[in-house]
Amino acid sequence: MAEQNEEKLKKVSIVVSKGSLEGVYPGLIMANGARMEGIEANLFFTFFGLEAIMKKRMHNLKVATVGNPAMHIPTIVGAIPGMSAFATSQMMKEMDKLDIPPVGEFIEMIYDAGAKLYACKATVDMFHLTKDDFCEQTDSVINVGKFYEVSAGGQIIFT
Amino acid sequence: MATKTLAGKTVEVDGEGFMVNHEEWTEEMAPELAKEEGINELTDGHWKVINFIRKDYQETGQIPTIRRMKNAGGIPTSELYELFPQGPAKKSAKIAGFTKPQGCV
Repeated sequence: MAEQNEEKLKKVSIVVSKGSLEGVYPGLIMANGARMEGIEANLFFTFFGLEAIMKKRMHNLKVATVGNPAMHIPTIVGAIPGMSAFATSQMMKEMDKLDIPPVGEFIEMIYDAGAKLYACKATVDMFHLTKDDFCEQTDSVINVGKFYEVSAGGQIIFT
Repeated sequence: MATKTLAGKTVEVDGEGFMVNHEEWTEEMAPELAKEEGINELTDGHWKVINFIRKDYQETGQIPTIRRMKNAGGIPTSELYELFPQGPAKKSAKIAGFTKPQGCV
């Protein structure tokens, strides 16, 4: 049995910085899992991680099949057109068996669970995006200073 | 194995007070289990969740995830969190007489 005397974690703020499917899911699972344990959760999407909350992109995230030795396929095979889509659909099937939702549904669930979702201002400016590019669950576009403010008193996790 | 008395019956529980044998559970035990989790009154909303968990277990052999409660049970996630604050999956499973859920979602 785990040590029960330790002070319970009260808040986590998770940075999602990657836009591949495997780059996005760990942050989403951790944020959702935090809420399931009664832990306050913030998600901060930055750089390509922003794709996870962009209306036009969030439903089409893909597994990277190139430059990933853990895929155990040669880079040249991973580069064949359709490989990434194939790997993505296989992974999504396995995740569905575990009742892990697709990105759009997951974002909705995490929001409904009470987590707050933020977009990174520097990236939004760099990619010339506006608040309208993001799904309705997105709370606001905030800068790094504000991110530290909302993270105060909790743990920060970078993914 | 630890035991405790619920609704006048002695049942086996684990270290965190979850019932070990869900067959031993009766509806009369639910309010007592709920009180342990800080829920003083079970409303119709709570019972909808408890009944769905019991029914889904009978049909699938597993207790439903939060997603399944939403999609198959028609229980919105936000409502589930309101009914069972600070840990809806764990608390609802405990009150419905099951062991602690082991999944990550």
